[in-house]
Amino acid sequence: MLALNSSTLVQMKNMLAQGWRPVLVIILLLILWEISSRLLDIPTWLLPSPTEIAREGVTSWANYQHHLFSTTKLSVIGFVIGVSVGLLIAVILHLLPTVRQAFYPLLILSQNIPIIVLAPLLVIWFGFGVLPKVLIITLVCFFPIAVATLDGFRQTNQELLHYMRMAGATKGQIFRKLELPHALPSIFSGLKISATYSVMGAVISEWLGANQGIGVYMTLAQSSFRTDRVFVAIVFIMILCLVFFGLIIALEKLLIKWRATEGE
Amino acid sequence: MSELVVEGVTKSFSGKKVLDNISFTVQEGEFVSLLGPSGSGKSTLFHLIGGLFGPDAGNFYLDGNKINGKRGAISYTPQSPSLLPWRTVLDNVVLGAEIFAKPDRPQARMMLEKAGLAGYEDAYPHHLSGGMRQRVAFVRALLSPQDFICLDEPFSALDEFTRLEMQQWLLSIWEQNRKSVLFVTHNIEEAIHLSDRIIVLSSNPATVKREFTIPFERPRDQALLLSEEMLQWKKQIYQELQT
Ligand SMILES: Nc1ncnc2c1ncn2[C@@H]1O[C@H](COP(=O)(O)OP(=O)(O)OP(=O)(O)O)[C@@H](O)[C@H]1O
Ligand SMILES: [Mg+2]
Repeated sequence: MLALNSSTLVQMKNMLAQGWRPVLVIILLLILWEISSRLLDIPTWLLPSPTEIAREGVTSWANYQHHLFSTTKLSVIGFVIGVSVGLLIAVILHLLPTVRQAFYPLLILSQNIPIIVLAPLLVIWFGFGVLPKVLIITLVCFFPIAVATLDGFRQTNQELLHYMRMAGATKGQIFRKLELPHALPSIFSGLKISATYSVMGAVISEWLGANQGIGVYMTLAQSSFRTDRVFVAIVFIMILCLVFFGLIIALEKLLIKWRATEGE
Repeated sequence: MSELVVEGVTKSFSGKKVLDNISFTVQEGEFVSLLGPSGSGKSTLFHLIGGLFGPDAGNFYLDGNKINGKRGAISYTPQSPSLLPWRTVLDNVVLGAEIFAKPDRPQARMMLEKAGLAGYEDAYPHHLSGGMRQRVAFVRALLSPQDFICLDEPFSALDEFTRLEMQQWLLSIWEQNRKSVLFVTHNIEEAIHLSDRIIVLSSNPATVKREFTIPFERPRDQALLLSEEMLQWKKQIYQELQT
């Protein structure tokens, strides 16, 4: 236990030690942006400078924070439902090969429906409530997780599979003791993609009809040429994605302790 | 304790015959090696004994019961140690037992200690050397409820020093338990060192070429490897493989 804790600590230190590089790049880019927008005298409605965006972000916090919380809540709900549906689909398709053959193409087709077209239709069918929004997020979230999980199941080591079968393990035991833990790293790759998709999905769904949320705030800002507010919205979308991403990585570290830390 | 009878087993894959009319027996508490060139179908024979798929012709009997296509009748260790990377050593060695009942962990700890793995109970497989992983796999086979053990080239990936050490280790552990063992190898010396009997297979398709009974007393030690008799046996078996 102690050894594991200290190795996690070392990893965190490494991350901090290497983390300064991207931070430095971002700071340099922001400085470049600030200087050029001052020197070239670009009007705020066209492209606000970073300091103007920051000022707007701080001063009108009280005016837009409810949008922020609404979007966060929507993303989390959509993400949880989407991931559950994705995992369920993956498990069913894996355990029932005939069902997989029948439904796998459908799974891929579901991703070819343009969300921008589908969203208004969902609003027509289900109104402006939470339901159509959650449906949209679910639709964009379930696919990465379902595909990643299925791949994880399918890439199970053949020799391990032979061992389990010849040892007399039932299909259920093979699934629980071998295939599921084997697929865990793949599941986490899927979760990371789904997490960012869920925020995007939430914003898009709000765009198309809602009374609050970052999507709404963005539309309002756009129509009144408050470009600085559009950028404030973008910043918060990015922060939200990063927070989700970080939480999932933390969970991954907690659950997958056994993975050989190669390349260190 | 268990006795295995292999009777006229034939198997083809997509028209290509791999095993042709293979017959032999392994008596209770006996250590028998299958010696054959690479690709001759030794692993395939194990997969058939373990019931992964059925033979085209022939039968397998364990203690008189037909086990064609029946899984869970024998304990098998694949060519690689096949440990679950997310399980600790202790959790890995109880896997075979866990499939049938609640495993006996104190017994597993004791066995690990006897096997020279004390202190590694909570280590993950990727922290172990190749030889240690093979030990863990063998302890797992011993702790499995089946009395018949099939080992598929457990030492082929090890260097010469580790291999000799492992052979001696295997003998010392096995002599305490005396479960029946069917052991696959393509190393002649290893086969002589370990076995009561050696079954030499030909390849393309595999048939039983000849059987040798190795008369050396047990317990055997490493001095045997350098003896004159050992050389004689090696010669004889080598000639059989050549023809
Ligand atoms: N499931 C399978 N489908 C088709 N062909 C197979 C299958 N399993 C084995 N074979 C073929 O059977 C032959 C024997 O393979 P096998 O793995 O049993 O040999 P082996 O004696 O164990 O070789 P090695 O010493 O290299 O492990 C090979 O030509 C292989 O391609
Ligand atoms: Mg083989």
